[in-house]
Amino acid sequence: MEKVLFGYLAFAILASAFLVVFSRNAVKAVLWGLVMFLHQAVLFLTLQAEFLAAIQILVYAGAVLVLFLFVIYLINLREELKWPRFLGTYPLAFLVIFFFLVLAGAGISGFTPASPKGSLSPQALLSQGHTRLLGEHLFREHILAFEAAGVLLLVAVLGAVVLVRRIREEEK
Amino acid sequence: MEGILKVAMPGLILVVEALVLLLVALLHVAYTTYAERKIIGHMQQRLGPNRVGPRGLLQPIADVLKLLTKEDIVPLGTEKTLFYLAPFISLVAGATSLAVIPVWEKFALANVNVGLLVILALSSLSSYGVILSGWASNSRYAFLGGLRASAQVVSYEVAMALSLVGVMLMAGSMNLAEIVKAQVASPFKVYAIPQIVGFFVFMISAIAETNRVPFDLPEAETELVAGYFVEYSGIRFGLFYLAEYFGMVVMSAVAVTCFLGGWSGPFEIPGVPFFWFLVKLYALLFFYIWVRATLPRYRYDQLMGLGWKLLIPLSLLNILITGLIKLWV
Repeated sequence: MEKVLFGYLAFAILASAFLVVFSRNAVKAVLWGLVMFLHQAVLFLTLQAEFLAAIQILVYAGAVLVLFLFVIYLINLREELKWPRFLGTYPLAFLVIFFFLVLAGAGISGFTPASPKGSLSPQALLSQGHTRLLGEHLFREHILAFEAAGVLLLVAVLGAVVLVRRIREEEK
Repeated sequence: MEGILKVAMPGLILVVEALVLLLVALLHVAYTTYAERKIIGHMQQRLGPNRVGPRGLLQPIADVLKLLTKEDIVPLGTEKTLFYLAPFISLVAGATSLAVIPVWEKFALANVNVGLLVILALSSLSSYGVILSGWASNSRYAFLGGLRASAQVVSYEVAMALSLVGVMLMAGSMNLAEIVKAQVASPFKVYAIPQIVGFFVFMISAIAETNRVPFDLPEAETELVAGYFVEYSGIRFGLFYLAEYFGMVVMSAVAVTCFLGGWSGPFEIPGVPFFWFLVKLYALLFFYIWVRATLPRYRYDQLMGLGWKLLIPLSLLNILITGLIKLWV
């Protein structure tokens, strides 16, 4: 039963990911992305990671993709839809992807899962729950990386604001 | 035969429970529309519906029958699949949240550990119905409505999630039943008093999340005709209508569970364990209707300003203060 479920989820995630890339219509591509995110959330649920599943839907499906849709609505893509293909060299891309797949295969074949470190054991997960454990690790051990990621995002936001302001002042 | 029954029994009970919950919720939704028309009528010196049945009590049922029998029109040039799908996305995302709400101590359809996150996730998904219907309708009014809805929902989603963080901090859990129990054990019995700022932010952003007056810019009748559902007719329009009221009931129920102490009350009512839950729920629904009858619609820049410049900083400050109090007391 579990294997059937996993098989379905893996197939659906791959298929919807391909459809994201191959859809000619940008809105439909985003919607296939939504289908993919929902399947990923279910995949997390089958691994008993409730917190990750909820966050997956809340952040990726609920916020990131809605913003994507918003941007696609604001730009006019009618012209691009009629273009033949964006890239004429796409057979080469398949070659590159093939080599990447070989590399990934080589990486995975020698893979052994790391043994649980510190308090991150299945028993602790069962007794304390994902949320508490994840929070403790994120905000105690990895606080520096977490803060650095936050600052990076803030820099990106500020940069966007500065760029827009400069363009507006030049127009004046 | 008995073996099969034994295996199937828990699933069967769950299905029956879900059906009962859905039926009760549907009745609530139907009569919320009646209450809304009646209350707003009286607030505006009118009578409200009073022809169908005694005091107009059968009006919602007549409305449903009318919507069901109306012709279903799909305009030319629409994106068919999405046009059909959109109202169902709205409705399902809105109604599924009811499953995790503990109506009383022993009844929550799904007792999920991250119940609060599930509700936030589903409420953010429900915006897809609005956004997609706006795009699929191939109409300018609907498209503008969808555009407004996407920006509005993303902004107020942040404020709403942040306002609930204070509750999570105080209760130390995201399970809704645990949150109610933690409230009953706390000195004030309800979180609405120590978390007054969070409660304020939540109530305002809940109105914006459900697209109701004064934040009903996605449907703004006077400027966008009806916004995203302009092209819908018959029961498809009815589904959107239903989704909006489901959203209202769910948001009120979340506010009752997280801020007003859920099923607990000053004294026990024998035989009706969910009595206090319903009383608080009706009070909040009345508040929603009251706001609609009182306030005019916001302008779009005012709406964005309120969300980003007032509600989000307020809720961040609330988290900081709650955290400091948790740390030192």
